[in-house]
Amino acid sequence: MKKDSPRRKAAPKATAKRTTKSPEVPDDAWNLRLYVAGQTPKSLAAFSNLKRLCEEHLAGRYHIEVIDLLKHPELAQNDQIVALPTLVRKLPEPIKRIVGDLSKTERVIVGMDIAKLDAI
Amino acid sequence: MPRAVRSRLPVLQKAPTGISGFDDITGGGVPRGRPTLVCGSAGCGKSLFALEFLIRGATQFGENGVVMTFEETAEDIRKNVASLGFDVDQLIADKKLVIDFVKVDRNEIEENGEYDLEGLFIRLAHAIQTVGAKRVVLDTIETLFSGLSNQAILRSELRRLFGWLKEREMTTIITGERGDGQLTRQGLEEYVSDCVVLLDHRVVGQISTRRLRVVKYRGSTHGTNEYPFLIDEEGISVLPITSSGLDYEVSPERVTSGVEGVDQMLGGPGYYRGSTVLLTGTAGTGKSSMAAQLARSTCARGERCLYFSFEESPAQILRNMKSIGIDLAPFVRKNLLRFHTTRPTVHGLEMHLVRMHKLIAEFKPTVVMVDPISNMRAAGTLDESTNMLVRLVDFLRKSNILGFLISLSAQGKAIESTDEGLSSMVDTWLLLRDVESNGERNRLLYILKSRGMAHSNQVREFLITPGGIRLVDAYLGEAGVLTGSARLAQEAREAREAQLAAEEVERKRLALDHRRKSTEAQIEALRAAYHAELEEFERIAAGETERRQEAERIRQAMARSRRITGTPALNGRK
Repeated sequence: MKKDSPRRKAAPKATAKRTTKSPEVPDDAWNLRLYVAGQTPKSLAAFSNLKRLCEEHLAGRYHIEVIDLLKHPELAQNDQIVALPTLVRKLPEPIKRIVGDLSKTERVIVGMDIAKLDAI
Repeated sequence: MPRAVRSRLPVLQKAPTGISGFDDITGGGVPRGRPTLVCGSAGCGKSLFALEFLIRGATQFGENGVVMTFEETAEDIRKNVASLGFDVDQLIADKKLVIDFVKVDRNEIEENGEYDLEGLFIRLAHAIQTVGAKRVVLDTIETLFSGLSNQAILRSELRRLFGWLKEREMTTIITGERGDGQLTRQGLEEYVSDCVVLLDHRVVGQISTRRLRVVKYRGSTHGTNEYPFLIDEEGISVLPITSSGLDYEVSPERVTSGVEGVDQMLGGPGYYRGSTVLLTGTAGTGKSSMAAQLARSTCARGERCLYFSFEESPAQILRNMKSIGIDLAPFVRKNLLRFHTTRPTVHGLEMHLVRMHKLIAEFKPTVVMVDPISNMRAAGTLDESTNMLVRLVDFLRKSNILGFLISLSAQGKAIESTDEGLSSMVDTWLLLRDVESNGERNRLLYILKSRGMAHSNQVREFLITPGGIRLVDAYLGEAGVLTGSARLAQEAREAREAQLAAEEVERKRLALDHRRKSTEAQIEALRAAYHAELEEFERIAAGETERRQEAERIRQAMARSRRITGTPALNGRK
């Protein structure tokens, strides 16, 4: 892993647009949804793991939406949530799901096809 | 029922499933507020069982439900139960039911690190809250094991889930696929320890039968048998054989058998209403005719009669019975008599039984005939047909319906036994047999038993005439019972003897008459002679008186003439 700031690292690879429009995520950005149930150690771990990973590999091109099912239980059905925490990659398609606290970073990269993106 | 006593004791509360028969076996349903495992192989009906429990809960018992399905989508379920007449959409619209389809696809899910099944809990809690559910169905939760790989997490989470449901007092049915050597593939029975129901679907001799068994029911007694059940357009029906017990009411009322002679043999009024009559006989002894006669007398009273025929079509029965003077067609038109004819092999015995149950419940007859029971075996084994018939008899008795069962006994077998082993079940057992003598076969009827009535011990000859069935006294001759032409000969001989005797009497009477007349003539002659003598005597006596008077007259005349010539004194002196 490079030590560079993720934002700078992403800049040369992707379009300028993406880098500059970091707070407002572009249309083809990664849309990630993390389902949790309250602030459990697992959900906190999952979030920090995800955040770190995205910053490393997808800086500026991602959007993480954390959904607390304790507050919005009705949302669980739509994304077929069974296990928690669950990470759902809504975009880019196809939809992918990873359950667990995302502690195995390498596997998240493979599972989410981040590696492919990195290789570009 | 000692229900009142029971309710005071802290016993297990039960939630009725509404599945006909099941609540009888379990004494009220599944344990309330606890999970029940329903397991079985594919296609055994476990999902339907669970859904019926849920839907009937919502429609009949005011307990709303949640079904969490892991295999079928909500749309599939809707279609599946629509064929059984349940309107799921309406229930959902009325907020009585929630269907939550949980899709767990291994291809779409990757596992990474620690997780739990809190999502499932949240969904379930949300669904339960939405409708205020009391009942939950988890339809094949084991699917989770194929979607998620971490067995340790799954097992601990399932354990937690069942505990969670118990805590919330949800009456839950969990379905599970039958596994090798254990009840479910993933050993769910380990977690659900309150009640386990096993469903089975077996095909024997190309006829399939579904069976249900309560493997375990903690804290409750339950029927332990394997009970056949079936799925038809009204859902699941379990057919308990022993649940009915023997505590039915009996009727002292008697109804005619339709044949005068048989009534006489039974001591007068006929069969008891609601009893079971078995008529056995060899081929062609007139069993169906007896049934037809009973049908006619039943319908003539304005009561209904249901005739299950497994051999003849209704048209055939009507035609044949008309030939012996029993016209049943008017009763069919008046809807007092209904025929139900099928081949025994059309479906399994259970299906036959349930169809019978249904038709009986629908038509409400007072007499039900089964003609014959002996070939029900074609649709199953002998044991099964016995079971089925016992259940039928139980049901008829409970419903106070006179059951008239016809059994064909095989030639050459002990005639006083039935293959079906029903002999101890029935109240009245009539036996028809034929006797061969003098080159002819004749029918005999006798009553082998008839509970609760003084019945004849005689063997009667049974005649099928163009005017129906007639019973005549059988003659006991030197060579045994005389029937047919031997009886006719005997009758003729007796008639002749009687005639001779009558002639003898007449002759004697005439002779006596003659005697009387001659005696009277003699008396007359004697009397005439006496009269003659009397007359003679009177004549003589009269003559004598006259003569005496004449003499007196002469004497006086003489005395007078002497006084003229002299005095009497002078006359004396001289």
